[in-house]
Amino acid sequence: MRLHCPICGERDRREFYYQGAAVMLERPGPDAGAAAWDDYLHLRDNTAGDLDELWSHDAGCGAWLRVTRNVSTHEIKTVVLAREIKR
Amino acid sequence: MRVDGKGLIDRSQPVTFRFDGTAYRGFAGDTLASALLANDVRHVARSFKYHRPRGILTAGSEEPNALMTIGRGASADPNVRATVQELFEGLEARSQNSWPSLGFDLLSVNDLAAPFLGAGFYYKTFMWPRVFWEKVYEPFIRRAAGLGALSGEQDADHYEKAYAFCDVLVIGAGPAGLMAAWTAAQSGVRVILADEDSRMGGRLNAETLAIDGASGADWAARMVSELAAMDNVRLMPRTTVTGAHDGGTFGALERVSHHSNGVPKGGVKETFWRIVAKRSVLAAGAIERHVAFRNNDRPGVMAASAVRAYLNRFGVSPGKAVTVFANNDDAHRTAMDLQDAGVHVAAVIDSRRDAQAMGDYRLMSSAMVSDGHGRRGLEAISVRTASGVEKIATDCLAVSGGWNPTVHMTCHMNGRPTWQDDIASFVPTPGAIPGMDTAGACNGSFATAACLAEGAAAAMRSLEALGATSTEVAVPEADDSAYKIEPLWAVPGNGRAWLDFQNDVSVKDVKQAAQENFASVEHMKRYTTQGMATDQGKNSNVAALAVLADATGRGIPETGTTTFRPPYSPVALAALGAGAQGKGFAPERKTTSHAATVAAGAPMIEAGLWYRPSYYPLPDETTWRQSCDREVGWVRNTVGICDVSTLGKIDIQGPDAAQLLDFVYTNMFSTLKENRVRYGLMLREDGFVMDDGTTARLGPNHYVMTTTTAAAGQVMRHLEFVTQALRPDWDVRIMSVTEQWAQFAVAGPKARTLLNGLLDHSIDDDQWPFMSCGTVGVQGVEGRLFRISFSGEHAYEIAVPSRFGDSLFRLLVARAEALGGGAYGMEALNVLRIEKGFITHAEIDGRVTAQDIGMERMLSKKKDFIGATMARRPGLTEDGRAQLVGLKPAGAVKQLTAGAHIYSDGEEPMHEHDQGYVTSVGFSPTLGHYVGLGFVRDGLIRHGDVLNMVDHVRGIQTRVELCDPVFFDPEGGRTRG
Repeated sequence: MRLHCPICGERDRREFYYQGAAVMLERPGPDAGAAAWDDYLHLRDNTAGDLDELWSHDAGCGAWLRVTRNVSTHEIKTVVLAREIKR
Repeated sequence: MRVDGKGLIDRSQPVTFRFDGTAYRGFAGDTLASALLANDVRHVARSFKYHRPRGILTAGSEEPNALMTIGRGASADPNVRATVQELFEGLEARSQNSWPSLGFDLLSVNDLAAPFLGAGFYYKTFMWPRVFWEKVYEPFIRRAAGLGALSGEQDADHYEKAYAFCDVLVIGAGPAGLMAAWTAAQSGVRVILADEDSRMGGRLNAETLAIDGASGADWAARMVSELAAMDNVRLMPRTTVTGAHDGGTFGALERVSHHSNGVPKGGVKETFWRIVAKRSVLAAGAIERHVAFRNNDRPGVMAASAVRAYLNRFGVSPGKAVTVFANNDDAHRTAMDLQDAGVHVAAVIDSRRDAQAMGDYRLMSSAMVSDGHGRRGLEAISVRTASGVEKIATDCLAVSGGWNPTVHMTCHMNGRPTWQDDIASFVPTPGAIPGMDTAGACNGSFATAACLAEGAAAAMRSLEALGATSTEVAVPEADDSAYKIEPLWAVPGNGRAWLDFQNDVSVKDVKQAAQENFASVEHMKRYTTQGMATDQGKNSNVAALAVLADATGRGIPETGTTTFRPPYSPVALAALGAGAQGKGFAPERKTTSHAATVAAGAPMIEAGLWYRPSYYPLPDETTWRQSCDREVGWVRNTVGICDVSTLGKIDIQGPDAAQLLDFVYTNMFSTLKENRVRYGLMLREDGFVMDDGTTARLGPNHYVMTTTTAAAGQVMRHLEFVTQALRPDWDVRIMSVTEQWAQFAVAGPKARTLLNGLLDHSIDDDQWPFMSCGTVGVQGVEGRLFRISFSGEHAYEIAVPSRFGDSLFRLLVARAEALGGGAYGMEALNVLRIEKGFITHAEIDGRVTAQDIGMERMLSKKKDFIGATMARRPGLTEDGRAQLVGLKPAGAVKQLTAGAHIYSDGEEPMHEHDQGYVTSVGFSPTLGHYVGLGFVRDGLIRHGDVLNMVDHVRGIQTRVELCDPVFFDPEGGRTRG
């Protein structure tokens, strides 16, 4: 599998570290309540299709990426720098 | 036998080789198989299960029978297919799967016992009695199992991995592949053309078909040489594309040195490639299938296409009186080619009623071969016709049941092939691999003209998709005869008719599987083992499916295929793992003090990839404990030096650096003054401890964080996540500087004495109190000094740019020795920190909370931080959790062991009575007894309790007293003084 790092270009997936669903980008506030935190940390959709994921270009520039990937076909739809999402 | 005037071999270059000890001669350009056939060696192997004599069946990588061991000793390769092994001077081949010899094989009794060894035999037989499982059945199965044998020695040959990139990858260099590569190359895009054979051209080298009036082989050779001259084309012969993977990535195995006698010095045996292609054209050809009939596995029974390949490419006729058995027109060319070369064709047997002779040979239509005679080599066949059974003398039967397109690669990403009735076989389903086009025989188009046209068309589609300007190329004239076939899978009759030669699976076995309700193709496969050998059923899958479909009353498309998985043909693990053995798997990270440390005779231990000294032995010391005790004493009484460069160092700068630290640490860092150091505790978002360490503030917006050696990578990634993904609005930059700085602990009452005289300006307690830091001059080099302590003594850590590390270490050690101390290693470091109750990842193992280690007060209530919310959830804060305690021996046995568990008095040492466990232990020479750290249920309020420690693994049991984890100098006066 290959990922297009917006900074480095297209690279082999061996250069990347996989984190999981991009839910981790939406950190609840300290007072959001137990349910919101439980959801944030533990509950994930079991999608058989497009999924927003977090990858880190560990063996490259160190950028955190939000990758939209079809987990059934491994087709990569989009790759966005995580830092661009909150801006 | 050799046939004069035929073949692409070089008869001016004779080659000598040995097979099972006997010397033979062949020619350059031969394969081992063609040279054996030229020498009339027909019986070359024994089959896997029944040890039946077998001969060469094919002329390609699909060969199921002729598996041999090539070479000797550590570099011997088992299971090499003689049909792909190029001949070289001095080649040594040995047959496999026979004992004591190929001619007389004891396990061939299996063949006589065959009625008892059919499908499902293992499942039914090795069940009872239970006591036989280990003692009888397993040794028996192990001895009988497996094809070939490894040498048992380390493989000394070198293998490599490599990467290649291109716009168009063309897989297979037959007429379709050559035409595709040629067409794509004209536009200037980067083309890779890979073919498993040493000579490109595919079937053109094996047939007498003409292209543009010239011989097909000559046309192929001309195309290859023109492609080779182009800068944008890379030819990869002897390279099997083994798999199609995600994102246009392909695996490919290049056999670099198998055609030479040993790997040349400095060379490699095989290279495993990862080829990344924007587009690909599959032109993998087709594999001729067999027909099942009684004794269709006699040596001398071959694929018709293989007989033509041996004749036309290698100038060898596998027989003197050849018969042909077919259900299609294509195979008739075998008879024509043989006759043209002067070989006697005894008969052509065609199962079709309307079969037409293409030349002057005896044609028997509506006829089938019903038996093969001659145990070690074919002598005659029985032919069943409307008028009865006729026995025909023949030493070679060329069989063709039609062609199976090589669709394998199109199914590597979950695709399934499509059944095509007119060719009675499966063809690729379009779009099964993104970016891949298929062309030629692998697409079900068997005529040469169609192969050429489809190759050009596939390349044009690739160019269009790439947006490259394409040039129309002329497709040469070639044979365009139709492929006429009537399916024939198995000749009816008694006796065993073989489908899978490599795993000895017969028509009867498949029918039996269906009868016993293993009717799904995946079940049939596993029950009979059909298609599970190293050829993965390349010769037998479709026929076995057809037999299964017939037995279950379904059609072939409804029966479906099993899953095609990479690799297309076997790949040695040595090639897949190239570069990842030994130090390639775990590279060495060395500190700047490595050379001096090794010179001092210190045994090294691994800490992750780092190498660190265990202890520094003196000449009169015989045990590590003596060295360790002495080094601890140095630090407690004089001064010791220890390389601490392996700890992670992260440089943090920017106006928001303090905010970042407040967010990732549980305690406050924005309040830290310049030139001061603070201990920090870091949690994961789920509330458990991630890491700990000290962070120094070097300037208003400049901090240096240290992490533990073990978690350096994890913490760096975590900080990257926080700064990029959670708070990209903060103006802060982070950078790992672990390898840029060499850092040494100078610890002990004489630490300052040591430093004064070394530093450009002397230091004192007022300027440099405990937990201070700053820039210092070290013999004219700008360095950093931190007054921090991991030993509980008056101590410093001194850092200089790495290039000065070696000289600084030597200087520090020399000065320490002059003061009566010296270097200390990990063992002493560990004892020193346990005496002080300092934790490492032995304690913070990912299951431990701040409360568990007695650091609840470090969870700031004034701010949000990573892990703040979840650290306060009930499960992490309620009573009953295991908490950090000190442990000291309180019974007759004075030893403590890490990993031991702790149980209450008077209770059985078993899981349900578990009270906790021991994480770290060491003998404290300072206190004269063992000291340990561990986690015990509610341990914080149980100091003074005496419990049982039981180490079930080492068989050690003692009583331990729970105490404060700080064994030595609890007031900390030594650190500050």
